[in-house]
Amino acid sequence: MAFNIYDFTTLTHSIHVGLAESFSPVVATTIEWVIVGVSYLLFVALFGLFLVYAERKVCAAFQQRLGPMRVGPWGLLQTIADFIKLLMKELIMPRKADWFLYNLAPFIVIIASFMAIAILPFAPGLQSFDFDIGIFYLTAVSSVGVIGILIAGWSSNNKYSLIGAMRSGAQILSYELSVSLSLLTMVIFAGSMQFSTIVEGQRDAWFIFSGHIPAMIAFIIFLIAGTAETNRGPFDLAEAESELVAGFHTEYSGVKFAMFFLAEYINLFIISAVAATVFLGGWMPLHFGNLESFNHVMDFIPPVVWFFGKVLFVIFVIMWFKWTFPRLRVDQILTLEWKYLLPINLVNILLMALVVLTKFHF
Amino acid sequence: MKSFIEYIASILKGLWTLLVGMKVTAKYFFTPWNHVTQQYPENRDSLVMFERFRGEVIMPHTENNEHLCTGCGICEINCPNGSIEIISKSILTPEGKKKRIIDQHIYHLGMCTLCNLCVKACPTGAIVMGQKFEHAVWDRALLTKVLNQPGSKIAEGVKE
Repeated sequence: MAFNIYDFTTLTHSIHVGLAESFSPVVATTIEWVIVGVSYLLFVALFGLFLVYAERKVCAAFQQRLGPMRVGPWGLLQTIADFIKLLMKELIMPRKADWFLYNLAPFIVIIASFMAIAILPFAPGLQSFDFDIGIFYLTAVSSVGVIGILIAGWSSNNKYSLIGAMRSGAQILSYELSVSLSLLTMVIFAGSMQFSTIVEGQRDAWFIFSGHIPAMIAFIIFLIAGTAETNRGPFDLAEAESELVAGFHTEYSGVKFAMFFLAEYINLFIISAVAATVFLGGWMPLHFGNLESFNHVMDFIPPVVWFFGKVLFVIFVIMWFKWTFPRLRVDQILTLEWKYLLPINLVNILLMALVVLTKFHF
Repeated sequence: MKSFIEYIASILKGLWTLLVGMKVTAKYFFTPWNHVTQQYPENRDSLVMFERFRGEVIMPHTENNEHLCTGCGICEINCPNGSIEIISKSILTPEGKKKRIIDQHIYHLGMCTLCNLCVKACPTGAIVMGQKFEHAVWDRALLTKVLNQPGSKIAEGVKE
């Protein structure tokens, strides 16, 4: 089995050939589906646990604390212990909750996250499907999650849950616009919605550098709107602890709560991964015009490391936002979106179109 | 036009204030040696509580087993929850005068809220707040303490 850390196409191809030789096409395809599904599940579970740990450590460092230190060295096993605790907890349902919707909601939220994660290119060959309306698909499925949140708030039969869900709905519907428009800016620049083409287009320079001013404005807008879309601080109105207990998942416990919790961190990963892919070059190494030796050194670092390095950088910035800024009020959130981000975004798209038309880019 | 300039200026100013806030937290993040968390049981040997920490009421004694308490009972009166009991006794001074001195300064740590009022009220500064904080015991009776050591006497020259 050929394994190459720089290009996974040989590995996936050899697996495919091996399976096709020993099984009928239908069985081989099914086995491939299962393999892909299990690897995504494993990745999401492990990365989610890591993100929870990272969040607690980063938050602690921003507040001059140490964070979890007791379970395992430097508290590394803390989230695993927490997860086991969550799995063993009793599932409590409010007496007058809507049984069907109450149990359905966590799955909608987490399925929406899984659908969005499927399109991301991790490295050459490490992308489960790649089609020509990738970004369009991503914006479409990432807004499905809000339905799950609304259902969760409605079916819990709890006023805090309902208020949290409604706030979340208003917020995500508004910021969806900014996320899509800032991605659209980059689509204009890249000339494609397909993720592989977008990444390939950044071989010489990442879009945030080659697109200069409009790309940077789009990046900032994407970071702000993306933070809001994941319901994270300073836009965590939907689960404002001091006002709404825990927002839409107040009435959930045990595994169902864990699903909401995990989905929140997967969404954080997705937003960061999209920012890294569209603006920071995805798995492409850092290349500068004609510095041959520098580019060559950068090529030695595997694409997976580049991708996760960029993703972790964006995640760190978003965590930095969360632990620095105070929470916005509902009216402030809507003002920020409709009076600031949206007009700037529209002007920025025009600017980007001008840049592309006049070829005033690198 | 003026309002447009104000709009742009408000955006830039807003971004600037956000960056100022991020600079502050970044300073915290990148100076981990300034973190305030104490790894308590591990650093027990080197842990020094800060001066203003109130762990318990103590009565300092000199090396000659002398304290400053006159037994006046002001601390007992000032204590909001009756944690202090003063038991005094009368003695005859060498000049043949009757004098009241402290017999037992009883302090109930289990009831004390460490409000510091007794220390503030003490006219001679006989009692102070100590920094010890590991007070767990197996028997509640052990929390009742006699602050003046057995055989101690009041230091010379303390004004009554």
